[in-house]
Amino acid sequence: MIVALVVAIALQTTLARFFARGAIAIDLVLVTVVYVALTSGPTTGLLTGTFAGLVQDALSSSVIGIGGLAKTIVGFLAGVIGTQFIVSQSVPRFVVFFGATIVNAVVFMGLYVLLDLRHFDAPYAAVGWQAGANALVGVLAFQVAELLPGAVERRRASRHRIRR
Amino acid sequence: MAVLDIRQRSGYLFLGVILGHILLISAQVNSRAGVPVLETVTFGIFSEVQRTLSGGVSGIRHTWGNYVGLRNVKAENEELKRQLAALQVSMQEQRALADRARGFQQLLELRDHLALATTAAEIIGAAASPDFRTLTIDKGVRDGLRPDMAVIAPEGVVGRLVRPSARAAKVQLLIDRNAAAGVLIERTRAQGVVVGSGEDRLQMQYVSEASDLAIGDTVVTSGIDAIYPKGLVVGRVELVEKNGPAFKRIVVKPAVDFSRLEEVLVVLTPSPAKESASGVSE
Repeated sequence: MIVALVVAIALQTTLARFFARGAIAIDLVLVTVVYVALTSGPTTGLLTGTFAGLVQDALSSSVIGIGGLAKTIVGFLAGVIGTQFIVSQSVPRFVVFFGATIVNAVVFMGLYVLLDLRHFDAPYAAVGWQAGANALVGVLAFQVAELLPGAVERRRASRHRIRR
Repeated sequence: MAVLDIRQRSGYLFLGVILGHILLISAQVNSRAGVPVLETVTFGIFSEVQRTLSGGVSGIRHTWGNYVGLRNVKAENEELKRQLAALQVSMQEQRALADRARGFQQLLELRDHLALATTAAEIIGAAASPDFRTLTIDKGVRDGLRPDMAVIAPEGVVGRLVRPSARAAKVQLLIDRNAAAGVLIERTRAQGVVVGSGEDRLQMQYVSEASDLAIGDTVVTSGIDAIYPKGLVVGRVELVEKNGPAFKRIVVKPAVDFSRLEEVLVVLTPSPAKESASGVSE
């Protein structure tokens, strides 16, 4: 979990500019939190969200805790959904990732506006595009993670046959 | 095992983490007043606690105060009732004094209005027998009162003095069955005599058949009886019954309410008729 988070944060901080296209800004850390929550449950999800959000806050020189709070809620809710519903198909996963991005944005921006720290001018399109992009990346991550063990086994098996 | 417990209680953990985040955010953000939100919220929460505690303590003190107060309320109630009764008596006395002063004022006004010498007297008693309609006043011979002096009130004629003693005098009311007075109708100057009936009304007699008389006409003294000065109000015609051209019965309602009299004026000046009568006899 921690390794995945560190990788995601590293990728987000180093390669984020390559993921950004116009208004679309993929949040790899959020994708990782939701992924961990769906696969490990609400407790792991909320702890992952807390840790990831606080690190993001610390690195982005914003108010520490707002991102953490948003990702804690997202991680917990995603974990609850993962334990209460069957989320093994691409479409449900897409919906969960999409919804998680919306919830994260609502909490994050809502707190900033509530505390009169920042103003967001009609961010609906940006959030929508980001939610779609995050959902796509998340679904792809699940596909890759599920295919990866089988591919490794098949490759090992074929190497055995060649040696014989 | 502890990890298992935490996993089973993810809801509590979630709430704890959320609270931690809120505290963390509050510590960094200032309110619009420039005070950290954490401080503001903390102060707000504790002020509400203080307000609640203060309200509770105040309520208890209020309740206790009411309980203690109730213990003395009965005695206080009795004392207040006594005071109220005394005040009511006092108020009645004051009201009586005021009424009396008002009566005196009316008498003074009448005295100033009349070109007659008068003296004020207070009624100190009524008739001993219901067959006689008399009153007793507190002035007598010592005050210059003589028999047959007219007694009047602001509303009109009361009667005449019949038996003055040294310091008191009996007044025969006009409604006494033995009383009479010469009168005339103010509107038509028709003359007659009113006599008492022993009741609350007067009978007007000896009225000419040719006289013009109507209900509501004011009846005043004519002065020919040598007792009552001319022009004093006696009452109003209340009933007129005729038998052909002749008047069968004329009822006059007295202007004075004899049951409410308290002070009167005794006319000391003899009427012109009496003076002329005295002159003739001399």
